[in-house]
Amino acid sequence: MKQMQRRQFLGTGVTAAAVAAVAGTGLLRAGNAFAGNVAGWPAKAFDAKVLDEAMGDSIGKTDVPVSSKVSLKAPTIAENGGAVPVTIEVDSPMTTDDYISTVWLFVDHNPTPLASQFTFTPACGKAYIQERIKMAKTDNVRVVAKTNKGELMASAPREVKVTIGGCGG
Amino acid sequence: MQLGRRDFLQLLGVAGASGFFAPGAIQAAWGSDKDPYDIPAYGNVTLLHMTDSHAQLLPVWWREPDTNIGVGPVLNQTPHLCGKWMLDYYGLAHSGRDEYTYSCLDYDTLAKHYGKIGGYAHIATLVKRYREQLGNRALLLDGGDTWQGSATALWTKGEDMVGAQNLLGVDDFVGHWEFTYGQKQVEYLVKNKLKAKFLAQNVFSNTWQEPVFQPYQIHEISGRRIAVIGQAFPFTPIANPGYMIPDWGFGIHTEHMQKMVDECRNDKKADLVVVLSHNGADVDKKMASLVRGIDIILGGHTHDIMGPKPFQVNQTLVINTSTNGKILARFDLDVGKGKLNGWRFHYLPVFSNLIPADAAMSEYIDGVRKPYLEKLQQPLATTGSLLYRRDNFNGTFDQLLCDALRAEMNCEASFSPGFRWGYCKLPGETITMEDVMGQTAITYPQVTVNNYTGEQIKNIMEQVADNIFNPNPYYQQGGDMIRVGNIQYDFNPDEKIYHRISNLRIGGKLASASKKYKVAGWAAMQPVEGKPVWEVFGSWLQSQKHVEVKKVELPVLNADMRSNHGIAFPKTYKL
Repeated sequence: MKQMQRRQFLGTGVTAAAVAAVAGTGLLRAGNAFAGNVAGWPAKAFDAKVLDEAMGDSIGKTDVPVSSKVSLKAPTIAENGGAVPVTIEVDSPMTTDDYISTVWLFVDHNPTPLASQFTFTPACGKAYIQERIKMAKTDNVRVVAKTNKGELMASAPREVKVTIGGCGG
Repeated sequence: MQLGRRDFLQLLGVAGASGFFAPGAIQAAWGSDKDPYDIPAYGNVTLLHMTDSHAQLLPVWWREPDTNIGVGPVLNQTPHLCGKWMLDYYGLAHSGRDEYTYSCLDYDTLAKHYGKIGGYAHIATLVKRYREQLGNRALLLDGGDTWQGSATALWTKGEDMVGAQNLLGVDDFVGHWEFTYGQKQVEYLVKNKLKAKFLAQNVFSNTWQEPVFQPYQIHEISGRRIAVIGQAFPFTPIANPGYMIPDWGFGIHTEHMQKMVDECRNDKKADLVVVLSHNGADVDKKMASLVRGIDIILGGHTHDIMGPKPFQVNQTLVINTSTNGKILARFDLDVGKGKLNGWRFHYLPVFSNLIPADAAMSEYIDGVRKPYLEKLQQPLATTGSLLYRRDNFNGTFDQLLCDALRAEMNCEASFSPGFRWGYCKLPGETITMEDVMGQTAITYPQVTVNNYTGEQIKNIMEQVADNIFNPNPYYQQGGDMIRVGNIQYDFNPDEKIYHRISNLRIGGKLASASKKYKVAGWAAMQPVEGKPVWEVFGSWLQSQKHVEVKKVELPVLNADMRSNHGIAFPKTYKL
């Protein structure tokens, strides 16, 4: 199963995912030459400095109801704040009539809170993403998903602790 | 007076006649004057569990902590109970045997009476005895932190312990400090030397997030299928240097644990699901509340006494089995088709004077030690004080280590990690090089000197404190509070991060946020240059010849800690 998900992910989601992942790791500042060359790059949302603005500019709302359909997995304590693995999965039939069209990932207090934006089509088969994000400090990570009908739903925020290590056990 | 095994057995026969135990004490201590290790068989499957031996092949002194504070949901709950609180919680008699097994009370006196605990040759005798009794119905499960903690383990890169595990007949095994020998060495030992199965459902490759180790093992016993799922220490690359294991990611992975439990039950038709865990006691309890279908969690990591009765979370029985080979836990189970019908639990202190050493294991241990014997036995200093480490705040052994770091590195302050391993020395004993290694034997031992501002010092201490006292166990790493030399502070465990520490002083003077202080420390998370800490500590001890711990640098706790059952002696905190 894992193998298939990876292939699906690489096969159909590669453009959006690659751009988002790069922005997510902070290697690429939105608005610079490369990002500017990407058609439809949502520069305003990626440049926003506070969560409300980032949400407003990307999804048009700052308050989205939490749904159990949006699953967000993240470590409770980051092994490396520079590359925190998160897994997003949205429960959806992914048919032409009913699919997840967009997924946003936010880190509440990152210098630019919108970390990633993913675009899906029914051909993706599954609204499933694994990526690594950069986190400046202990913070909440949250996901918002939009269906093709424009319905919005959010994950419960998950707190990821970024800490100095040592002293265990 | 040291109580030999023969003396003890004689005493058992003449309970009351001896002036050593009060009349009836044997009766009270052991429940009867019969052999305390004699357990009638029950059910069809037996699990024997040991954990966190920290490579102590020989018996050692081990004192339970006097401070093990629980906050939030685990306030005054096992295992956050010290001294009389632990005995009262479990309804134990305040007998010598129970005080010695379950508490820190009267430690110096009782140690002399009951002797050292653990030792692989003594554990081997018990295990063999139960295997003879039970045949192939018994599994021996080792909860990890077995390859680290002694000089010989460090010098053989864990291989001496693999030999001992093989001889003992360990069936399944999980890891934590094992990983500090590095990816290659772990793979080498697991693939080529270790007979036990090395299990971990929560270690994934960093590249593809795929499992690195076998997640579980199914054992067929008495016609039943017993699943043992492995849980490695979830925060290994955070609590220990991540560069040792660059390709492996950890974490608790509750959802994946649920998937494994379901897979064992539904696809593998397991009748019983056991988790062999290195989560630590509070994390185990929380995991048990979130995952359905685990019958038993055999826990380690936090070195807690969490017996003699299992702690129940919904349908899951949770235990923790101490450290240094002190306890062998025995679960006798009546496993039916797809369910646990009944159980008996035995929490057995391994009193080395009571249990004869197994000859084959003794010979093996002698062989391991022989090439290093002279170095191990090198005397460094005598101690007038009881030396121990385990406690939420500075133990006496760490106080010496912090004093040594300051003196040898010419620093005004020092830090030492809050490790929970490291055995004790009794007053009057000689501290040898082996004992120093027993407090310091790690693969990243370099001593460093850092110029920290007062703010940085506070920041470090606050972050470590949150790894221990965060009310949500999933945000705790285990370990104890960072040890300090010449640093004083007020401390409120109930506060949030960055608010627990106040009135931080260095050398008795209020610390300045911007002023820099020279601080010695060891066990850095990044590769650094420096002398190994055992050389620094060893040479300081040699220069001292005799040591006494006059003052332990304990924080000033907030007044409401007076009633916290995780503090045995509130007076030591002036509460």
